[in-house]
Amino acid sequence: MKAFSRLLDRLTLTPQRNAKLRLMVDYFAETPDPDRGYALAALTGTLEIRHVKPALLRDLVLERMDDTLFRYSYDYVGDLAETISLVWESPEDGEIYEPSLSDVIGELNGVGRSDVHTHVRSLLDRLDTSGRYAFIKLATGGLRIGVSARLAKQALALMGDVDVTEIETLWHGLDVPYESLFAWLDGKGDKPELTTPAVFHSVMLAHPVAESDLEKLDPADYLAEWKWDGIRVQLSSDGAHRKLYSRSGDDISGSFPDILEAVDFEGVVDGELLIGGTARTNSPTLTFSDLQQRLNRKTVTKKHLSDYPAFIRAYDLLFFKDRDIRKAPLDDRRARLFDLVEKAARDRFDLSPLVEFDSWEHLDRLRKNPHDPVIEGVMMKRRDSAYQAGRVKGPWFKWKRDPHIIDAVMMYAQRGHGKRSSYYSDFTFGVWTGDQGAEMLVPVGKAYFGFTDAELEILDRFVRNNTVERFGPVRAVRAEPETGFVLEVAFEGIARSKRHKSGVAMRFPRISRLRQDKLPAEADRLDTLTAMIDARS
Amino acid sequence: MKAEALLSPRPEGLYCAPGDFYVDPVRTVERALITHGHSDHARSGHQAVLATRQTLDIMRIRYGEDFCGQEQTADLRKTLDVNGVTVTFHPAGHVLGSAQIAIEKDGMRIVVSGDYKRSVDPTCEPFEPVPCDVFITEATFGLPVFHHPDPEAEIGKLLKSLETFPERSHLVGAYALGKAQRVIALLRKHGYDRPIYIHGALAKLCDYYESQDVDLGELLPATVDKSARDDYRGAVIVCPPSSFADRWARRFADPISAFASGWMLIRQRARQRGVELPLVISDHVDWPELTDTIRDVGPGEVWVTHGREEALVRWCELEGIPARPLHLVGYEDEGD
Repeated sequence: MKAFSRLLDRLTLTPQRNAKLRLMVDYFAETPDPDRGYALAALTGTLEIRHVKPALLRDLVLERMDDTLFRYSYDYVGDLAETISLVWESPEDGEIYEPSLSDVIGELNGVGRSDVHTHVRSLLDRLDTSGRYAFIKLATGGLRIGVSARLAKQALALMGDVDVTEIETLWHGLDVPYESLFAWLDGKGDKPELTTPAVFHSVMLAHPVAESDLEKLDPADYLAEWKWDGIRVQLSSDGAHRKLYSRSGDDISGSFPDILEAVDFEGVVDGELLIGGTARTNSPTLTFSDLQQRLNRKTVTKKHLSDYPAFIRAYDLLFFKDRDIRKAPLDDRRARLFDLVEKAARDRFDLSPLVEFDSWEHLDRLRKNPHDPVIEGVMMKRRDSAYQAGRVKGPWFKWKRDPHIIDAVMMYAQRGHGKRSSYYSDFTFGVWTGDQGAEMLVPVGKAYFGFTDAELEILDRFVRNNTVERFGPVRAVRAEPETGFVLEVAFEGIARSKRHKSGVAMRFPRISRLRQDKLPAEADRLDTLTAMIDARS
Repeated sequence: MKAEALLSPRPEGLYCAPGDFYVDPVRTVERALITHGHSDHARSGHQAVLATRQTLDIMRIRYGEDFCGQEQTADLRKTLDVNGVTVTFHPAGHVLGSAQIAIEKDGMRIVVSGDYKRSVDPTCEPFEPVPCDVFITEATFGLPVFHHPDPEAEIGKLLKSLETFPERSHLVGAYALGKAQRVIALLRKHGYDRPIYIHGALAKLCDYYESQDVDLGELLPATVDKSARDDYRGAVIVCPPSSFADRWARRFADPISAFASGWMLIRQRARQRGVELPLVISDHVDWPELTDTIRDVGPGEVWVTHGREEALVRWCELEGIPARPLHLVGYEDEGD
């Protein structure tokens, strides 16, 4: 348990992706089975562990501690798991044997309901502070460490020097604690055989298209489709087993029972998950912020299902029944997909329509003026392309609509992490609101990339020389109509938000240019942003 | 004599009326007794200062030759008379030269412990419990959450990280007096024998520690010299915690920021400061040490100077020991 809890402690405080990978690779390489397998399950969200209620933990602490002192402690720390891990005092004559991660999981999952109290107390006694924290987070279901399942799989790929798509393909056919997988990655066993049906197949990704690419491409070789603003999914069904995966292979079936119940075919479909009605039912497609209402939910209420109905706009077929057709040309795959969608439930599946065009200029015009606000550009796919995992340049391209651009004023700056820890590199920016003569800035977003290293020097110098107030690691900078720093901010989309003071939330904002030539008074107004939302709906 | 008649809080600090002196005053006064060299306890400009030899030396290093009107050295465990009040300095185990001060008159003995700790520190003399009627203690880490781990295990975390990331500079934030030298001494104790780079702000105090027979091994200045840039790969650099945010930190290769402080026990504290490698090494007592010390000393009464006094007062109440907070201002709660 010590190695695992140390790993969690480091991962939570390590911002860089590569450093996180290194920490995980080291852990997997040094930790024996089955502990590393359980750790992998904890990191990827596949671990099954008995749930312990916070109230039970609180009762256990108060058996040994004055409740006033506990209250002072909890008020100070603010996190129940952390408070308990810190205030807990193990009996001095207690066992010094430290349980492993698999011991902890085995013990907790093995006891009867009436013995949970005793076992949790005894586990807390035997673990050290970090171990208690990790244990409580696992058992209360609150483990958040900033590591995605995809990143954990990347670490496995690095460790075994294999391609991550191989691991993604195997993933759903494997069981905790993944001993066969680790044996293979260690070079001590064969690659595990795929036995379970409805597994995930790594998806084919598109390259962004550049002007120079177009000159070399013949429009006749390509078909075009709208690029819809939902999430990429893969639906895998062998009739009995049905699974819905995200593009990185996370199983998201639990969040979308409406789609899974409607599946009455066999095959593996690639498509966009969207909210609203299908084209076949003549209903409009809803926006990404509607889709967010349905993502990452453990339980789905009836209201969610009726207010935000989900469907799949299909664009490719990987398996026709149980036959792998990924090597067949796209035109053939689409023809089979057409037949499949035709017979599938009308309200849950439709076919991604083709965009007719005769030249790249024509397609460019269509791309810039889509007929539906949920379209964010076009996809171009070679008609004869096979379905290949990963991002291969040539067969598939994406051509996005140009980003939205506004001029905003820098309001706050925060130091970055790692290499950037001595630079103010995270910026909160705002736009003007209020009546003439009483204008004020309201923050509308935060961005920490988009600029070059040389531009970062300029931004950092401005922050240091124009700080008006400090709040811990954050500095407020001068932002007045005549003095301040104007940032050109590019973003992909904008939606209404109740959580933000300004009432708007941007998607994927980044700093596209420094506008030292402009005065803050010339920056945009909040009305401009709200008009962008209204224009879309 | 009543305790309050012997010693009482004033805006300047704790005042002994019969002896006409202050302990660790926060404003300039005629006569000051100083427990240790940290700047919130030892300020410059007092008329007369009584402190241990090492504390006086440290004040001179920090404030210059004219840090006070006249100085007097207090030898540890030797009784002195200050205007009819008996005063004795005893080791506090906080930093080099740190002392508790026992103040006694007419059968009433009060111990002002200053800042102190009980865990092992190769750079200073360990704390000695002194029986007394009133024990005056700080409560910087006076909450049951503060169970500081073994500092040796914390140094182990740093050594492990140096192994995992051999190409990255490890920037260790540590306060210039005491913590920095303790971290270096702990690394040496664990057999770390590469040169350790230090920020300019630490140089004089490290030299002084060495002159007092605290072996810190080979220390090199962390200068900007371009040719030295590669030397910082995988090196340990000790610096004041505030320098992470300075332009100074830019000279290092892909640094990992570590911070040696008792506060690093709380995850959110580490996160707020952008610390990637928290090292829980404290120069103050943690909760078990604090409560054990009160049991060891066995005072008739406990007064709490600064920190999280409400929890300690509550604990004393549960133990049946009279206790009260003094609400002294001017001492840093955050420094460790």
